[in-house]
Order: sequence, then C-alpha cells, then structure tokens
Amino acid sequence: MLKKIEAIIREDKVNDVREALNDIGIVGMNMFEVRGHGRQGGIQLVGRAGTYQVNMLPKIQINVVLNKRNLDAAVEAILKSAYTGETGDGIIFVTPVEDVIRVRTRERGPEAMMYPGDIDEKKKK
Amino acid sequence: MVAQISAGDTAWILVCCSLVLLMTPALAFFYGGMVRRKNVLSTLTLSYIFMSLIGVQWVLYGYSLAFGSDISGLIGGLNFLGFQGVGAQPNAAYAKTIPHELFASFQMMFAVITPALITGAFVERVKFKSFLLFSLLWATLVYDPLAHWVWGQGGWLKEMGVLDFAGGTVVHIAAGFSALAFALVIGPRKGHGSVPMEPNNIPLTVLGTGLLWVGWFGFNAGSALAATGIAVNALVTTNTSAATAGLVWMLLSSLDGRASTLGIATGMVVGLAAVTPACGYVTPLGAMAIGAVAAPLSYYAMRFRERRKLDESLDVWACHGMASSWGTIATGLFATVAVNAEGANGLFFGNPGQLGIQIMAVIVTIVFSFGMTYVLAKVLNMSIGLRVSPMEEEVGLDISSHGERSYS
Repeated sequence: MLKKIEAIIREDKVNDVREALNDIGIVGMNMFEVRGHGRQGGIQLVGRAGTYQVNMLPKIQINVVLNKRNLDAAVEAILKSAYTGETGDGIIFVTPVEDVIRVRTRERGPEAMMYPGDIDEKKKK
Repeated sequence: MVAQISAGDTAWILVCCSLVLLMTPALAFFYGGMVRRKNVLSTLTLSYIFMSLIGVQWVLYGYSLAFGSDISGLIGGLNFLGFQGVGAQPNAAYAKTIPHELFASFQMMFAVITPALITGAFVERVKFKSFLLFSLLWATLVYDPLAHWVWGQGGWLKEMGVLDFAGGTVVHIAAGFSALAFALVIGPRKGHGSVPMEPNNIPLTVLGTGLLWVGWFGFNAGSALAATGIAVNALVTTNTSAATAGLVWMLLSSLDGRASTLGIATGMVVGLAAVTPACGYVTPLGAMAIGAVAAPLSYYAMRFRERRKLDESLDVWACHGMASSWGTIATGLFATVAVNAEGANGLFFGNPGQLGIQIMAVIVTIVFSFGMTYVLAKVLNMSIGLRVSPMEEEVGLDISSHGERSYS
C-alpha cells in the first residue's frame, strides 16, 4: 500500500524537514515552491507611500511517496521539524498512490522505492 | 569677430550632455523595476525609444521650435531646422563660451527625458503605436513651445522674469501634469485595486535612482552652461535636496511600520525634482528646506491619488509634478542674488514680487501641459485607441507588443 505525503511547510524549514526525514531513512523526495495560505491570511508589506496586502505567501511543498507502514514515522518527523508554533506552519495531505516505477531499472511497486540503508532496512536491523 | 570658446566650459558641458543622456536609461530602469514582470521590457522601451525619437526630432525641427528666432514670444522659428546655423561658434544669446552645437545637444537630452517621464502614467496598458504618435505630438506641441517660453530668446515667461534654472516647469511640472491628464483618459489597468501588482525588481529601481542622482548633476549643474561657481552651487544644492528628501521619506515610511527601500529611493528622486528649478539660485540650506518639504508633499500626494483610485501608475504627478511645483514656488522664496547675480531675490530676501512670477509660471505650465495632453489623449483615444486589448494586457506587453520575454 503506497501513500503520498504532500507537506506544505515554511520556506525556512526545508532543510530541517529534509534532515529529519533522512535521519529516519526516508531519502527519496521532491519539492517545489507554491504560494498560498490557510488561516494565516496574508501579510502587509511596505510600498512607496503606505502599505499593501500580500495574500498568497510563498511556501514549499515536499512530496514523499512511501510504504503505508512507514507513514506514521514520516509524518511525525515532518511535524516535529517543521513546527514553530506561529500561524503559517503549514499542512500535510496524505493520498493513496497507485503504483511506483523506477525509470532506470523498471522495478515496480515497493521495490522501486528501496535504497541501501533506507527506513525498511533500518527496521529490519 | 570670432568668439573664443572656453575649453573648460566646453569640456564640462560635454560631460553634462552625456550625464543627462544617461538619465534616460536610468529612468527606464527606475520605472522598469516597479512594474510587473510581464511588462518589464515594454516599460524599458517606453523610455529608451526617446533617445531615438527625440534624437531625430530635435535635430530636424525640435531645437528650432524651442530656441529658434522668436515669434510673438510663443514659439521659435525655423531658422535652425536640421541644426543649420548650429555650429562651433557660440550663440551669444544662450551660451557665450561653448559651441552653439553643444548647447543644442545639451538641450536635446532634456527634450529626450521629459516625455519619457510621462510614460510612468500609462505603463502596462498603452498601445505602442498610439504611444509613439502621442509622444511625437507632445514633443512638438507641448515641450518645444514650453521650452521656448521659459528658455528661448524672447520667450514670454522668460521675459516676465521667471526663474527656472534647469527645468522645473519645462520638464517636471509639464511631465507630471501631462501624466495626470493621460492617466485620466486611458483609464486604470485591468484589476487595479483588486489584483496585486508588486514591483518585479526593486534592485533595478534602486540602481536607476543612483544613476539618476549622478546624472542630475549634469542636468542641474550643467544648466549653468559653464564651469563656474554657480555650477558648483547647483551641484551642492541638488545633492543636499536629494539627501534631505531621502531622509524625510525614510522617516515617513517608517511610520508605516518599516522604512521601505523603494520609499527611500523615491524620496531621493523627489528631492532632486523639487530643487531642479531652484538649484542655481538658492543656498544649500535653502535646498535643504526645499527637499524637506517636497518629501511629505509628494508622499501625501501619492496617498491622495491612491485614495481617489486613479491609476496614474508610477506617480509621475506626485513625484515630479507636485515636487517641482513646490520647487518652482520655493525659488520665489529662497532665491538670492548673493548666489547668482543673474537671478533675483526671493521673498525671504526682500522681494515678494518674484514669488508672484513663480506662481504664475507654475499655473501656466500646469494649465498648458494638462490641457494640451488631455486633448491629445482624448483625440487619439477616440480615433486609434490608447489601450491594448484586454487579452494583450493580460498576457503582458512584453509578449503582445514586442514579442519578447524578459526572463526566459
């Protein structure tokens, strides 16, 4: 059972989250810049004469696809490392994934996501 | 009799001619950084093109209309068409110690940048062809006559004793109020007021500011048309006004929470515009007062315009029109013959009459530039249209007007 985590987090938390995931053995991920907001609304910037409102704020979305059995560990790692306590910390979506195929070797399924020293190997040890 | 040119004066004014030309690219970047990304190239081009357009127009007939032999105090004749008679010999009426051709070329750079200033009013939506036609008509029907009135031999404002050292009326008030008129006709950008329109590259704007400040030394100090103590005074007053206005704007901006870089840069430009008519007639302390008042005047003029929801997009009226109106009037307060014997005293030096002359010059310039521009814009709008289509505006003028992307 494959799951995808879409974690929208603060820009300045990207390294912390990446390291936290690496530490527990999750290596494969990608990220991209998004703009948006939840309850944070927007912020006020200062222009030439007076202020103006900016509503869509830059955030980073990190995508991780993994085995269902590793989901809780990964989510916990993200929550711990992305947290600041201020509004705007972000949100995590979990969705099911049909299939995973590695381009180089054409492996399908969970084998396609295995790396030496990754989370499943750590659990076996 | 062969008049002797001064090597020192000529060398200096050659440099100033170059400095003022540099101000047009500087202005292009000043404006370019403030628009949205999809309109950067368009905004740069709106300024740059004048180096070509007026570079040709001025030589062909612009200089003649502005500085040619006077017709009823209103316009110059055609005796300098194609720069004929504009050669190495000085023209004693205008500049005794430099070649006439140099004087004409120096003036050309003013004629280049003035219409470029107006473009700030209609960025991100103007139709390129309409803009070109408007600009040519404006240069011929507004700038050239106005330059003649204030600087031309026999010009009626000059005869009346108006003090305008480097172009407060001819350049800044004219551009500012023309911008206002054009903005009223062309209407706001699509989504103005609801869609965010952040500056795409404030570093470009700040870079432009630095180049403008240095260039302004050529603009103001060069208007002495000689390498003299008056030129030095103009440089110092120019610098002082810009410095003061920048500080005051910084203070005003910090009242909004934090002092924005864009605000500080804007304040500096406002100080420069304000001191332009006064620079060769006032003391550095007078310049400080001029800059200090110009900053809040333009600042609150900007806020006023925003409250009225008028999309005069880059605030040419607030920063140039209003600042230089104050500066021209302030010349009638702070001018002293102790600085420039060929000027006059202002109110604070015992001559209230000058203030009246200055106010009149401001009113005349405002009415003429606003009125002519409004009519020109209206006529063009009704015939060929001033705006691009909504789709072209949405896509951005870089692609729709010029077929280019600024950042691929």
